Amino acid sequence: MKFTAALTLEGSPHMRSGATASAIMWQVNLALVPALGWGIWSFGISALGLVLVTVTASVATEWLITKWQGKSPCISDGSVVLTGLLLAMCLPPALPYWMAVCGAVFAVGIGKHAFGGLGQNVFNPALVGRAMLQAAFPSALTTWTMPFQLDRFTQFHQASMTRPLASAIVDGVSSATPLGAMKFDGVTTDAMQLLVGSVSGSLGETSSWLIVVGGIYLALRHMLNWRIPVSILLVVALLTTVFHIWQPDSYPTAGFMVGSGGLMLGAWFMATDMVTSPVTANGVWLFGAIIACLVVAIRFWGGLPEGVMYAILLANAMVPLIDRFTQPRVFGRRS
Amino acid sequence: MLATFRHGIHPPSHKTAAGSAIKRMAFAEELSVPLGQHIGSPARPLVREGEQVVRGQMIAEADSFVSACIHAPVTGTVSSIGWLPTPQGNRVRGIRIKSERGASQDQMAFEPHPILDSGEDWMRAVSRSGIVGLGGAAFPTHVKLKVPKGRQIDTLVVNGAECEPYLTADHRVMLEWTQDILNGAKRIATVIGAKKILVGIEANKFDAFQHLKESADGDVAIELVKVKYPQGAEKMLIHALLDRKVPAGGLPMDVGVVVSNVQTAAMIERLVVKGLGLVERVLTIAGDAVERPGNYLVPIGTTIRDALDFVGLKSTCDRVVLGGPMMGQAIADLSLPVTKGTGGILALSQSHHRSVQACIRCGHCIEVCPMSLNPALLGRLARVGAHKELAQNNLKDCFECGCCAFVCPSHIPLVQLYRQAKLNARKRAVVG
Repeated sequence: MKFTAALTLEGSPHMRSGATASAIMWQVNLALVPALGWGIWSFGISALGLVLVTVTASVATEWLITKWQGKSPCISDGSVVLTGLLLAMCLPPALPYWMAVCGAVFAVGIGKHAFGGLGQNVFNPALVGRAMLQAAFPSALTTWTMPFQLDRFTQFHQASMTRPLASAIVDGVSSATPLGAMKFDGVTTDAMQLLVGSVSGSLGETSSWLIVVGGIYLALRHMLNWRIPVSILLVVALLTTVFHIWQPDSYPTAGFMVGSGGLMLGAWFMATDMVTSPVTANGVWLFGAIIACLVVAIRFWGGLPEGVMYAILLANAMVPLIDRFTQPRVFGRRS
Repeated sequence: MLATFRHGIHPPSHKTAAGSAIKRMAFAEELSVPLGQHIGSPARPLVREGEQVVRGQMIAEADSFVSACIHAPVTGTVSSIGWLPTPQGNRVRGIRIKSERGASQDQMAFEPHPILDSGEDWMRAVSRSGIVGLGGAAFPTHVKLKVPKGRQIDTLVVNGAECEPYLTADHRVMLEWTQDILNGAKRIATVIGAKKILVGIEANKFDAFQHLKESADGDVAIELVKVKYPQGAEKMLIHALLDRKVPAGGLPMDVGVVVSNVQTAAMIERLVVKGLGLVERVLTIAGDAVERPGNYLVPIGTTIRDALDFVGLKSTCDRVVLGGPMMGQAIADLSLPVTKGTGGILALSQSHHRSVQACIRCGHCIEVCPMSLNPALLGRLARVGAHKELAQNNLKDCFECGCCAFVCPSHIPLVQLYRQAKLNARKRAVVG
């Protein structure tokens, strides 16, 4: 017989679906592009700069930490770029860049690597970064810029370029987010504006429909568990409707609640982070419902106008428990 | 909606050999017939070195109840009785037979007129014919047919699902040995006392379904099941056809069912009645490194090297697998023989190597596990050897179908981790 080459010995199966973790991560990055593009279009070069700063700082942190640990850096798997993008998208568009750098370093260093790196983190790294910033720089994190300012492509926002540790510049053209307006002034924003995204808010959270477009694309490609956003949005809508019917003057409509603030971005892209969401079929519904209840509670009765970040982080902490109690019943077993 | 089970996967089928009729494979110069090619104790040799044997002659006898007789696959001379390699890496006793030049395909009956009056006679005859489960497990068929006292079997399920990609041998058997399958099934049903016979066929073999349906009389029901891997796993097929769940750790018998592969049923009809031994079987030889893929009637004991020579092996071959691509075993030693349990030989070209990444908890493995286990968790536990937790999470219910590893985007070698963990658990049980 002619054939003498060495044969590969490997365990079964000898066929693979072809899916790769990096492909999933890059597809999630891609799905963020529409909402991200809208954010840059409406907030200008300050926003673009913010995205570049968070992504660069996240990648650099990842590189340094993996180098220090003696591992080979895995920038190419797309997960750290995703952390950078998500962080930028949930920050005020004119946040001083040095703060954004702090957030990114914290997100990747503490949020991801302190827990053991990719796949090991309990909390969504981007939200860990944002939570740190919210605690450290509360006023900067609640300073919002108006969208569609005329000079947005010719001039950086003054606040963006603030020197580290200098006192923040109080900006003339700040504006209230729909949720802030609701909470502090009792003013509700038109649902159409929320859907399109012609409102102020965090960089990537304003255009509800573009977020949904990206989310549905991922869900169709089986790279996002659609049950999580559906569960969150349904329960938020349901609870809000109950309160709205009870006291229409004090509580907004379901449409306003679902379309405003970071709920869409959180429901579709933060809560669905595979690493920090449950793996069981029933668990994800429960996870979504918990987030929804926390969002409604914080927004209605908390001190902050927005509660998506804390809701998701708290639910992240419950994931191991949720997984444990929602294990599927094994074929042929009673319990 | 066709009947099926929960979860599972849809791998590309690659069943390109489905159209090629069963062809006989020529005798190789020398055949290596292992004495232990079934579950149970190896057979006891009845011949000596240098002795002449005739194709069909019994050359080794079942040594205990759970064992099977072995027959000479070719007329020739016993060249040696010694050790043969196995795919598992250990050695097994075996008989090497030098084929006679121009040996005849005619098969001698080792027992021309077997007595088949009672169920006991049948079981004895099946055992003497050396028939074992040809679906892959190679469990001696007569043991399966012995229903313990107090157990009632109501249904015989004949497994024609053939859900493994590439494999088409059962498909051809259903098309070409149709009547043998039906008659064999009826004989089995009579012995085990089953009133109902159900043949389950995946919907991608519609021609086989129609063919069987036309040939079957009212006693045998032919059912289509959904194309989904691992539809052919006993538990999954029973669940699809009868909506019964075999309890964990249990046997089909526990839900009143006996399952037989289509080729096993056909062989019972073709051999037992005539007092012939199992000396050859139909198997698929396929894969992109095979020049003439097809379904071959291969003499037991033909080495993989000879079999691949017969069909033509391309130089691109990187991997040879015994069985299907999902559950089959890769081998490095081509001097291994085809045994009664060999359902296929695949020769596959190089596929790019993918490095293992961290688990990103995507949960896809949980979505596909037909046993509804948590493969990601089991993999994590297996890696650290947490044997108590592995047992708590029902590792032993895993039958290594490979769905989890197939979908895993991080290419974690889950099945290997489970096998290692199970092996460790057995070792620990032995040590105590």
